[in-house]
Amino acid sequence: MALDKQTVARVARLARIHTNDDQLDALARQLSNILGWIEQLREVDTDQTAPMTSVAEMTLAMREDRVTDGAYPEKVLANAPVRTDDFYTVPKVVE
Amino acid sequence: MAELTDLTIAGARDELAKGAISAADLTAAHIAAVDAASDLNAFILTTPDSAAAAAAASDARRARGEVGPLDGIPVAIKDLFCTEGIQTTAASHILEGFKPTYESSVTARLWDAGAVMLGKANLDEFAMGSSNMTSHFGPVKNPWGRSSGRDLVPGGSSGGSAAAVAARAAMGATGTDTGGSIRQPAAFCGIVGTKPTYGRCSRWGVVAFASSLDHPGPLTRTVRDAAIMLGVMAGHDPKDSTSANVPVPDFEAALTGDVRGLKIGIPAEYRMDGMSPEIEGLWSQGADWLRQAGAEIVEVSLPLTKYALPCYYIVAPAEASSNLARYDGVRYGLRVPGEDLTDTYERTRAEGFGEEVQRRVLIGTYVLSAGYYDAYYLKAQKVRTRILEDFRAAFERCDALLTPTSPYPAFGIGEKMDDPIAMYLNDVFTVPASMAGLPAISVPAGLSGDGLPLGLQVISRAFDEETMFRIADVVEGAAGFDTRPR
Repeated sequence: MALDKQTVARVARLARIHTNDDQLDALARQLSNILGWIEQLREVDTDQTAPMTSVAEMTLAMREDRVTDGAYPEKVLANAPVRTDDFYTVPKVVE
Repeated sequence: MAELTDLTIAGARDELAKGAISAADLTAAHIAAVDAASDLNAFILTTPDSAAAAAAASDARRARGEVGPLDGIPVAIKDLFCTEGIQTTAASHILEGFKPTYESSVTARLWDAGAVMLGKANLDEFAMGSSNMTSHFGPVKNPWGRSSGRDLVPGGSSGGSAAAVAARAAMGATGTDTGGSIRQPAAFCGIVGTKPTYGRCSRWGVVAFASSLDHPGPLTRTVRDAAIMLGVMAGHDPKDSTSANVPVPDFEAALTGDVRGLKIGIPAEYRMDGMSPEIEGLWSQGADWLRQAGAEIVEVSLPLTKYALPCYYIVAPAEASSNLARYDGVRYGLRVPGEDLTDTYERTRAEGFGEEVQRRVLIGTYVLSAGYYDAYYLKAQKVRTRILEDFRAAFERCDALLTPTSPYPAFGIGEKMDDPIAMYLNDVFTVPASMAGLPAISVPAGLSGDGLPLGLQVISRAFDEETMFRIADVVEGAAGFDTRPR
């Protein structure tokens, strides 16, 4: 399926990746090529097939529902680009 | 005795046990080798001082009689494994300067076993690539190009790991394999690359690419070294919910040299159109070696083979787009300030991610988006079930499969970069086992007409790495391949 510029711009917005208008044509072409190649999967009959949910035949283990980790804000925040006290800081989102 | 850097892990273990060499000398020789190989750009960061200290501590332990299975063995760590207090970048600008405050489970196991870290090995950005050309820190050169003066790729994504081990700058290295990222670079660099069963090695603390496909594993110069190193890296980890709670066998004990009576399947569909005669010749040669060793060769069919790669290029980007959502410029790594929070996210990710990573995040976002999910993602997960069923049917008729690892030997740096699909085709023989979570190993088995290494791949049943190693060991012995780059 061929993607147009508008679709690429919408997907980039969903993916939170800034794009300039002059990039969109090239991206649309590349992504369309890849998707066109992927579409050969339609040839595979999967009417009677369940989608894979886990490659390993295992049931996920249950554990007791209690806190087992935490209480070290210095470690958690050690790599924050910007912080104030024990908080991450972001641009103001409420007017 | 040979140069210290020529020793295998098994050889060094014996020499250390006899007291013939010290861990300090062994590590010093490798630190010098890392320096001498700096032209390869195999490392993003080297850690010679802590390596020397760790080696001295190893000698002290040995003097007290406390010896781990990898005590004093210097290794490289793919820069996708978080190492506490030591920069971990995933070869991405977006993580430049990131110093984890925790240690990945696999590397913690290596240090508990006494291994010594030489540094953090280069890779394709976020392990997305088959050439190591997408690294923010520059491409890695394959040591096999040195003599001819050709700048060849080492393969990828574990390209720095493979180049370092091939160049004798590390005795072994960790890698991760999502679609072939351990096996393909091992084949390109003439060494052994092992992808164990999904769940065998913990993914905890490994920067995530595609969680249902990411497999940590070792790169080494011999099959025996792979068995030793995987034995240390493997094991149940409650911190990874997909880590398998099964015992880890003594992999080294599986190397009996006896493959009599084993049935080795040759999947017809791997004989692709346009396959080079030298690859096909090596493949038949491999089957002959195993036949001569007493194995039975059987033709099997894996009809879905050609669909594994396009299936992978839905599942892997979809999972990547979810996993990479965490890079938002808020909690760690790069932040590029924007007009508001959304603009900050968008500018951070546009500047922080390279071209290939952006492409895959966009593909993944598209195939998961409303209206397309069923047609792409759900369809791919159904095809994936059928790929696994194919393998199950084949394993009714044989104990393991023998295939080539890659459709061609190492290519030049800069080639295939303008055509993503041509680059993706590198992994045509490795992706099917990834989609099915099966253990697979690449063994160097011969040289191309241009004098470059070629690998053969052995795939076995889930959690039967022992059969895989036993067969690989026999192939290695028959090939008599000298892993020294020339």
